[in-house]
Amino acid sequence: MAVEQPLTSPPGETTRIHDIGYRGYDGPRLGRAYARRSLYSQSLRGAYGLGRSVKSKALPMLLFAVMCVPAAIMVAVAVATKAHELPVAYTRYAIMLQAVISLYVASQAPQAVSRDLRFKTVPLYFSRPIETADYVRAKFAALASAIFILTAAPLLVMYVGALLSKLGFAHQTKEFAEGLVSVALLSLLFAGIGLVIAAVTPRRGFGIAAVIAVLVITYGAVSTLQAIAEVQGHSGAIPWIGLFSPVTLIDGVQSAFLGATARNPGGVAPSTAEGIVYVLVTLALIAGSYGLLLRRYKKVGL
Amino acid sequence: MIATESLSKRFPRVTALDRLSVDIGPGVTGLVGANGAGKSTLIKILLGLSPATEGSARVLGLDIATEGAAIRERVGYMPEHDCLPPDVSATEFVVHMARMSGLPPTAARERTADTLRHVGLYEERYRPIGGYSTGMKQRVKLAQALVHDPKLVFLDEPTNGLDPVGRDEMLGLIRRVHADFGISVLVTSHLLGELERTCDHVVVIDGGKLLRSSSTTDFTQTTTTLAIEVTDSDTHPDGTRAVREALLGRGVEIHHEGAGLPGAGHILLLTAAGEQTYDLVRDVVADLGLGLVRMEQRRHHISEVFTNGTGDSDEQRKEAVGHGG
Repeated sequence: MAVEQPLTSPPGETTRIHDIGYRGYDGPRLGRAYARRSLYSQSLRGAYGLGRSVKSKALPMLLFAVMCVPAAIMVAVAVATKAHELPVAYTRYAIMLQAVISLYVASQAPQAVSRDLRFKTVPLYFSRPIETADYVRAKFAALASAIFILTAAPLLVMYVGALLSKLGFAHQTKEFAEGLVSVALLSLLFAGIGLVIAAVTPRRGFGIAAVIAVLVITYGAVSTLQAIAEVQGHSGAIPWIGLFSPVTLIDGVQSAFLGATARNPGGVAPSTAEGIVYVLVTLALIAGSYGLLLRRYKKVGL
Repeated sequence: MIATESLSKRFPRVTALDRLSVDIGPGVTGLVGANGAGKSTLIKILLGLSPATEGSARVLGLDIATEGAAIRERVGYMPEHDCLPPDVSATEFVVHMARMSGLPPTAARERTADTLRHVGLYEERYRPIGGYSTGMKQRVKLAQALVHDPKLVFLDEPTNGLDPVGRDEMLGLIRRVHADFGISVLVTSHLLGELERTCDHVVVIDGGKLLRSSSTTDFTQTTTTLAIEVTDSDTHPDGTRAVREALLGRGVEIHHEGAGLPGAGHILLLTAAGEQTYDLVRDVVADLGLGLVRMEQRRHHISEVFTNGTGDSDEQRKEAVGHGG
């Protein structure tokens, strides 16, 4: 639908712009599913500052680099020393760098939803074919994908490095796959928690602080309690305490089922039964945050 | 375009719409009501976003209760409040909104360029919206409502916060939306005067009830009031009175002298029967050798239509409303 048609004009004459008036649109209208996909890709790009100002690219890109550099160094060390195993297991990597991930969620979850609430853009979405559930799903999926990219990229670096230094292919592939499952769960969980908190705090600053508080402080508190339990000889309580922070929750799931070594004080891995509780709590939290988001946006409406 | 049938909306403590039945045809329709009269509620219900407590309505022949998504694909909505993120450019924002309406990427970009140009945004459309003036922001809001070429747009208080020039430009733009783009418009305002000039049809609601629905020609014929103010001169120490007598002599209906208005006593309010009244006033004032300080259509605030004892013209309006409702 060319509107301003520069005509190829005889030499010497400058190009002219012709106003040909208003033109209607008879092309396809791709409906809800397409709008949802567009919102997803726009939000995913936005989570790395793409299509936004240079300033908003700085933090996500920096955190992405911070996530990948240690992996690259490890690979370099492993290659140089001709080690038979990578210095850090795939499943342990995300737990080791949980502070970076938390920071990323804290900065990007408010970006994903608080802006629309604060600048009251939400009504513009809901006056179009998409509905509350479409909006929530697109935002949830976008943030979860963004966190997955953040956490899976270093694992990929490690995996490629491990294969290049000719560590056992089957063994590495299995551990890499387990690592991916673990970070996928982590991405969904963190995205859910981050979005719920951000969606009830339209002020971006509060949102960032609240997300950090929930992710980091609970981890600190749980680790401290676990350490106390260990010192006092109640190691049986350690896995149960671990249910109360997102990071230790993922750690419990992967040390029960994904061959990871538990990172809690004393290195107590949950038993299979406890592991099932971990998985259930994780899934309940993910589903719960989705439900809460739906409720929140039902209310916001127009 | 829109037909409602005893549409009601009750909230726990207020009744926002009370058995409203109205038919709105193609063209530009003004929806007038004081703040809280139920204008925004009506729009939300018509968009299928908020269920009606009782009654039914159809927009573009589609049922609001069951075909909300199909309605929202074919209508545009410009909210009353600010709704623009400050850190993106108008182009990016409108392209995104076009895609949210289901337009494929290429079409979304072309339609955005097209629409922004039509609402009068040129080079500035590449700058972040945060730096725009209120008038420019209103244009972006209008553009996002038009970008998917809807059949009908709901414009909620589009002139809010604009200065008189911006107001006139916006009203002109609204006129063009129908005249040039072929898109029907439902525009709300609490200023009856500005809608009279823009709309083909005006619907007045108050307290969720229909007060009047009629074409603007009916409206203006009975109600156009001119305010004129003249200078005094040596031959006519009281210019106002001289003009008043001269006009009365020519058969022009003059209301009492604008009591309650600023400059009362120096302002004449008269009923304009048509174009010829303007010419007549000009000639009379010129013949008397006076200066015409101002001659303007009085802007009627909607509340004047309903309040008592502010003047003859308002008495007439009340009567008209009574008949129309």
